[in-house]
Amino acid sequence: MTPTRERCQAHTKKGERCRNPAGPDGLCALHTPPTAPPGEQDLGPLGPVLDWVEEALEFLGRRVLGEYEVDEFGHDPDLVEHVVAPLLRPLYRHWWRVETRGLEHVPDSGPALVVGNHAGTLPFDALMVALALLDEHPAHRSLRMLAADLAFNLPVVAPLARKSGNTLACAEDATRLLEAGELVGVWPEGYKGLGKPYRERYQLQRFGRGGFVEIALRTGSPIVPVAVVGSEEIYPMIANLRRLARLLGFPYFPVTPTFPALGPLGAIPLPSKWLIEFCPPIETTDLGPEALLDPMVLFDLTDQVRDTIQQTVHRNLLARGSVFG
Amino acid sequence: MGRRLLVTGAARTTGRRLVGVLAEEPEVERVVAVDDLEPQEPFPAKVEHLAVDLRSPALVRTVQSAGIDTCVHLGITAEPRAAGGRVTMKERNVLGTMQLLAAAYHAPDLRRLVLKSTTAVYGAAAGDPAVWTESMSHGSPRHGFGKDAIEVEDYVRSFHRRRPDVAVTVLRLANQVGPTVDNPLTRYFELPVCPTVLGFDPRLQFLHEEDTAAVLLRSILGPAPAGTFNVAGDGVVLLSQAIRIAGKPPLPIPEPLVNRVAEMVGRTVDFSPEQVRFLQYGRVADTSAAADQLGFIPKWSSLHAFEDFAATRLRKLVTEEQVTRVEHDVLGLLRRTAGWLARELPR
Repeated sequence: MTPTRERCQAHTKKGERCRNPAGPDGLCALHTPPTAPPGEQDLGPLGPVLDWVEEALEFLGRRVLGEYEVDEFGHDPDLVEHVVAPLLRPLYRHWWRVETRGLEHVPDSGPALVVGNHAGTLPFDALMVALALLDEHPAHRSLRMLAADLAFNLPVVAPLARKSGNTLACAEDATRLLEAGELVGVWPEGYKGLGKPYRERYQLQRFGRGGFVEIALRTGSPIVPVAVVGSEEIYPMIANLRRLARLLGFPYFPVTPTFPALGPLGAIPLPSKWLIEFCPPIETTDLGPEALLDPMVLFDLTDQVRDTIQQTVHRNLLARGSVFG
Repeated sequence: MGRRLLVTGAARTTGRRLVGVLAEEPEVERVVAVDDLEPQEPFPAKVEHLAVDLRSPALVRTVQSAGIDTCVHLGITAEPRAAGGRVTMKERNVLGTMQLLAAAYHAPDLRRLVLKSTTAVYGAAAGDPAVWTESMSHGSPRHGFGKDAIEVEDYVRSFHRRRPDVAVTVLRLANQVGPTVDNPLTRYFELPVCPTVLGFDPRLQFLHEEDTAAVLLRSILGPAPAGTFNVAGDGVVLLSQAIRIAGKPPLPIPEPLVNRVAEMVGRTVDFSPEQVRFLQYGRVADTSAAADQLGFIPKWSSLHAFEDFAATRLRKLVTEEQVTRVEHDVLGLLRRTAGWLARELPR
């Protein structure tokens, strides 16, 4: 007999079902009204603070008891909602003042492959695109990003990457996610884009071997190009210490005007002004299965996606005006 | 004529349980239980215990003369210490299987072969795909139980080529848990603190012991689809989550020291280096083939299976009541304070 554990009948502040185990009256201890019902009490300006405390306590309780669920890739929406997203939100809203356009091009449900340009030494552009979709898209979609294998080798980073919904950049994982109807993010430039010198800013690098197009075709998912402006200036890389990088096992070791000269202070990114634009989707279903056998179709599609992103980047660069806008 | 079965590794937890269930099935005429160990509780009357090693000639005679129609091979072990060292373990696993298959080749009535294998054949590494399907080419583990299982599976496949009339079912089982299971992983969770690799939190899958018995029973007595199937409870559990459900404090250990600690812990838990890597990178297998072709859907999800194991076997340090009570008390106190402030301050 599988024990179906009774869950609390109440709803959390977010309007979701409370996941705490229920007591005899069908409510968990947290939601059982205390002797003096707090709802009728006027808490004055402290009310919202207490609501926040209640939500934080609910979260902590779930974490301590292991009362949360992750999907087969390790995605932990509870952790993203309460820890990861709140940490990134100030960067998005206040530090880089991100403006997001074209969200209507991302479907509300079903699979799609979001393909973007990659820059800025550390993959903050990917994180900001994901946060834009989570916070500002009407369906609050989770972007499941394909990350480099280095991310899954590093302690602390590895589990965090998985819990935020990312997985290894390999055809198997991408196909599986798209077949499950997820929104998948891919940055085909990889390290070549991330670790390019500042003087080459906003020039898109080679798009790998175009494996992402093949996966989109195979799963019949639309491709949504996304152009990010602003990430190039967060850590302007003036030199790359290749030998040191090789020694440490990193793809590059950046030298910026402030790093490593100012030590940890140099790791603070510059507050450039950001624009994220999602471009109209490129449908792949009407190309048919025979397109998969034709390498020319794959090359053309790859170039089409790359050109779309490059042009949008140039247009938004002009629109942005000054770097720190 | 009823079914005549031969079960290897029959005295261990899984085997003993399965033999008990099989003996109660009306269509089963005879069960030969092979194991050189004595079972913890004696076998039922219908079962005849053949107390020999897999490498013994008595086994060959029995397989050939007793009219065995189904051979169930559970006799591969993941525990080097219990087997008498890694070398003996390998010998028992691989050579034992070879002997069994050599005998089975000459068994005229044999129609079905069921092998209990493991998802450990996929290994555990940072660069693995998130979810393994049966057909994916895996980065073969270079030693330990996983390597044994790969070799055993290879021999079984080559047996299938030589005896195509025998339906061969290979079940790759995820880590088993449950009220009576005793394996390195259950002993790990029974430690007073659970050592983990600092900065890693692998995804794990569990299979409840009831489901282990159910899937074996289905492969033995149900319609027989030949093939290889991953078997695991639905969903995944993170190691950190499992440790919290177990109510134990985790003990994160920096990667360079992990092997030394594992050696120390290994004495009580019977841990091999590959299991340490498993606790660093984890592993998840796709179970849709078992559902579609074998028609097996586990009753217990990974999470429920583990919760059942934790509830029946472990003493929790932190309980749900404590946590909810603390939450309740803190919130009540804050509410009262806030209410008082709201009333008093305006004056």
